[in-house]
Amino acid sequence: MDFLRPTTWAEALAAKADRPEAVPIQGGTDVMVELNFDLHRPAALLDLNQVAELAEWTSEEDGRLRVGAGVPYVRLIAELGNRLPGLAQAARTVGSPQIRNRGTVGGNLGAASPAGDSHPPLLAGDAVIEVESAARGVRMIPAAEFYVGVKRSALEPDELIRAFRMSPATGPQYFSKVGTRNAMVIAVCSFAIALHPAERRVGTGIGSAAPTPRRALAAEEFLAAELDWDARLDPAVLARFGELAAEAASPIDDVRGTADYRRHAIGVMARRTLTWAWNEFRSGHFERRAG
Amino acid sequence: MPERVHEITLTVNGTVRRVAVPGRRLLSDCLRHDLGLTGTHVGCEHGVCGCCTVLLDGEPVRSCLTFAVTADGHEITTVEGLADGERMSPVQRAFAECHGLQCGFCTPGFLCTVTALLRENPAPTDEEVLEGISGNLCRCTGYQNIIKAVHRAAELTAEES
Repeated sequence: MDFLRPTTWAEALAAKADRPEAVPIQGGTDVMVELNFDLHRPAALLDLNQVAELAEWTSEEDGRLRVGAGVPYVRLIAELGNRLPGLAQAARTVGSPQIRNRGTVGGNLGAASPAGDSHPPLLAGDAVIEVESAARGVRMIPAAEFYVGVKRSALEPDELIRAFRMSPATGPQYFSKVGTRNAMVIAVCSFAIALHPAERRVGTGIGSAAPTPRRALAAEEFLAAELDWDARLDPAVLARFGELAAEAASPIDDVRGTADYRRHAIGVMARRTLTWAWNEFRSGHFERRAG
Repeated sequence: MPERVHEITLTVNGTVRRVAVPGRRLLSDCLRHDLGLTGTHVGCEHGVCGCCTVLLDGEPVRSCLTFAVTADGHEITTVEGLADGERMSPVQRAFAECHGLQCGFCTPGFLCTVTALLRENPAPTDEEVLEGISGNLCRCTGYQNIIKAVHRAAELTAEES
């Protein structure tokens, strides 16, 4: 096994172009589990730890945040928790302190597991994934188009994930996850919500209940049409939102849970997260905190 | 074809160590086999049990999910580096005093994790202790005495600072 150690982004792109079969590795918390189990024997690993710019985040001129693929969860929580609250909540549920010190959203995207905790809040918050190749330069892929199959993404073999871009929250965001205990669990299923009050719109993301992470589009359209932003949450609207979110899932039975359970739990989490977000929105707490 | 060997430099418990390792060498194996520091234990080898926890630049990480080459140029603290000479650290003394271990296999990982936890949060609540040690499994104690030991270590650290 070759161990490639680029020190700059340009070197990393050149290495990936030269060796498209090389598996990129950052924190190692996902890739190395499979290696230690001998599930994969990649011909080469592309260690991105020395590419310093990947571990940085910046505020862009358009107001969005650009978060490097190598920023670990622990820094996302500490440095961006106020601006990306949904993603930070999800990050807090990843593994354990040891895992959060090393694991990254970039790695979660690279693995593209339907159960990855980052994906639902990225979907709900309209994140865009910035990928790049030496040959064709930068491509911006909306999160909703990034996940194309079980553990498959829209990434081409010669491309690497550079960053994700996401607007700071303009309304409450919540994440909910079902697992057998609080720490060190892969989600049985998960759900994220993001209120976008200026657009009178609600974003959603479903995790671990379909071949890919996905938005609950019909549920989003329903809320865009039916939600009265100046009133208390109508119980009938809330119930219908839960039903539509559950219908958006297409789960399977597996060792972590049954399809029926997952569908049910998605409906429950959709109602809960919307209630939490709505209560925060109506209380005016979010504006005060953001201000 | 012989596997390519990488020359790396690790500062382990304050001592600069140069070692030649193949790219696939896990940091846990490098510490145990190449450097003879067998205090770092290897339990599950897939990132669940926490036995192999060491401090990488002061932060707890799983050495079984880290390649030795990736740690090149960084500082590593293992359980062997926690004591101050002959005197056990407050965390080590608290674990002994509170009976925070039985078989001792998970203990090196707990000691490293808790050392970093108390550095970040010198007086954690029960809930914060549970969250802090959530990535370390102990099959003997039932955790009650470990939680007591963390609080006791916080007291000892405060008394001695």
